[in-house]
Amino acid sequence: MDFLIGLFEFALSRPERVLEGVIQHTGYVASVLVTAAFLAVVTGILTRKSQLAKELSLSLASVFLTIPSLALFVIFIPFVGLGFAPSFIALLLYSLLPILRNTITGLEGIDAGVLESAKGMGLSSTQVLLKVQLPLAWPVILAGLRVSSMLVVGLAALATLVAGGGLGDFIKDGLARLPLPNSYESIWLGTLLSLVLAVIIDLILQALRLATISKGIR
Amino acid sequence: MNDVLIRLENITKSYGAGMEPAVNNLDLEVQRGEVLVLVGPSGCGKSTTLRLINRLIEPTSGKIVIDGEDVTTVNPSQLRRKIGYVIQQVGLFPHRTIAENISTVPVLLGWDKKKIAARVDELLELVSMDPDTYRDRYPKELSGGQAQRVGVARALAADPDVLLMDEPFGAIDPITRDRLQNEFLRLQQDVKKTIVFVTHDIDEAIKMGNRIAILREGSQIAQLDTPEAILAHPADEFVESFLGSGAILKGLTLKKVSDTELHQVPILRQPVMREDALKALQDSPDQVGLLLDSNDKPLRWIDEKAINRTSQPIERSGRPVTVDLQPEDTLQDAITVMLQSSAGMACVTDRRGKYLGCTTIESLAKLIMSDN
Repeated sequence: MDFLIGLFEFALSRPERVLEGVIQHTGYVASVLVTAAFLAVVTGILTRKSQLAKELSLSLASVFLTIPSLALFVIFIPFVGLGFAPSFIALLLYSLLPILRNTITGLEGIDAGVLESAKGMGLSSTQVLLKVQLPLAWPVILAGLRVSSMLVVGLAALATLVAGGGLGDFIKDGLARLPLPNSYESIWLGTLLSLVLAVIIDLILQALRLATISKGIR
Repeated sequence: MNDVLIRLENITKSYGAGMEPAVNNLDLEVQRGEVLVLVGPSGCGKSTTLRLINRLIEPTSGKIVIDGEDVTTVNPSQLRRKIGYVIQQVGLFPHRTIAENISTVPVLLGWDKKKIAARVDELLELVSMDPDTYRDRYPKELSGGQAQRVGVARALAADPDVLLMDEPFGAIDPITRDRLQNEFLRLQQDVKKTIVFVTHDIDEAIKMGNRIAILREGSQIAQLDTPEAILAHPADEFVESFLGSGAILKGLTLKKVSDTELHQVPILRQPVMREDALKALQDSPDQVGLLLDSNDKPLRWIDEKAINRTSQPIERSGRPVTVDLQPEDTLQDAITVMLQSSAGMACVTDRRGKYLGCTTIESLAKLIMSDN
């Protein structure tokens, strides 16, 4: 209990830093997810007709996930410097696979009869894509986006290693000052705020799901 | 009547050298307003042939002419909007309401909203579904039979001249299938579309087709004729074996009770006098007479034994008439009723139940023999 009170006092005594950390962290999540969703969905669409292209793009996205995260944040520094850019690139590469995987699965899972009738009624292949395939694959794509969002919220804490800011700053500061006063408070604050952010983002994605998915396929 | 709407000229579809072509040099003409059924064993190329017409499959060689226009070179999407297409899996768009599904092609064609809404309601009525109930539902809320009704409505939405149907009732349970077939035949009497209908079920072919093309491997026409002619004169052994052993029985679904000569049995009316009844029966070649009520509705079969059983009034002896036939029933129905009836014949009534006469096995046999 005392620890919780201490945690609150710690947070309330430096509101600007807390706000800054939250904004930076949210900024990573939002910018990375929007970019990753765009790239992954476009890749999924472009590769949908070729099994080989699908496999290649999936392998590439998997390779990114196997690179140790500590390294991935650092290896781009020689090319883009410190701060936002290397963190953004690293998080982007991490978040591609779940969305890409689900885009491909979603597009593959559409009932053959639906596609046959769409084509048979005279929809062009662009119309089939926009009016039938994407709306039907959307719930699956969105599920992938949700997985990616959780991944990014957690990993964005590493941005602090390359001077990228975010809630990881609190964790790193705490670690550096162990076992001085307020060090655990700092670590816990960074962790808890990440969790709260994860929950909020999940709720937003849920709302998006309800708003954009037709009642017919919910 | 000799008005050809669709003509396939020398159509071949092959999937690479060394493989037998799926469709080999097919020539086929479809008359305006007819239902032409393509029927054959699986793998004979009947679905491929159907899909060549709306160019979901492109022919390797040959020409397809619809309404005088060579359609092998036009934009396939534009072509398909003018051809209704119904498939076994139905393929309704699950994320769209019934109304949105039906209006797919009209929207593509740029109709205005009011016209589309009116058309959707009209079509739902046409396929016996209440527009207010179903308009805003989603496909997942429909039964298989309802879904295919919507499938047919959707195919008819932009009022195409041609309808292509690929085993439309193949995935539906037998009872619903029978009902949908009947509804569809009634609907076709109103809309008079030119329909190419694919099935592997010879009974369905006989029921639905104005003409039937029986196909063998490579979409080769084994016989193309009216159902009656094919049943009466199968062209070769292949057709015969495809028709199966019950060809004559199948033919019974094509004929109606009104085609037979009705037989008149002695008629008894209330109150029945025992002596009169006995005399009437003895004067007639028939073993039974029919008791009618005051509205000429058949009540009971009365035979001599029933008259002689003095323990109860004649009105309550004999066997009750449980089922009767109407003139528009098929001979298959007639046989069923006859077999159930104790008298070995079945009485025929008009729609109000008024007695017209009886069908007998003899009259049926006479009709069947007259064909052969």
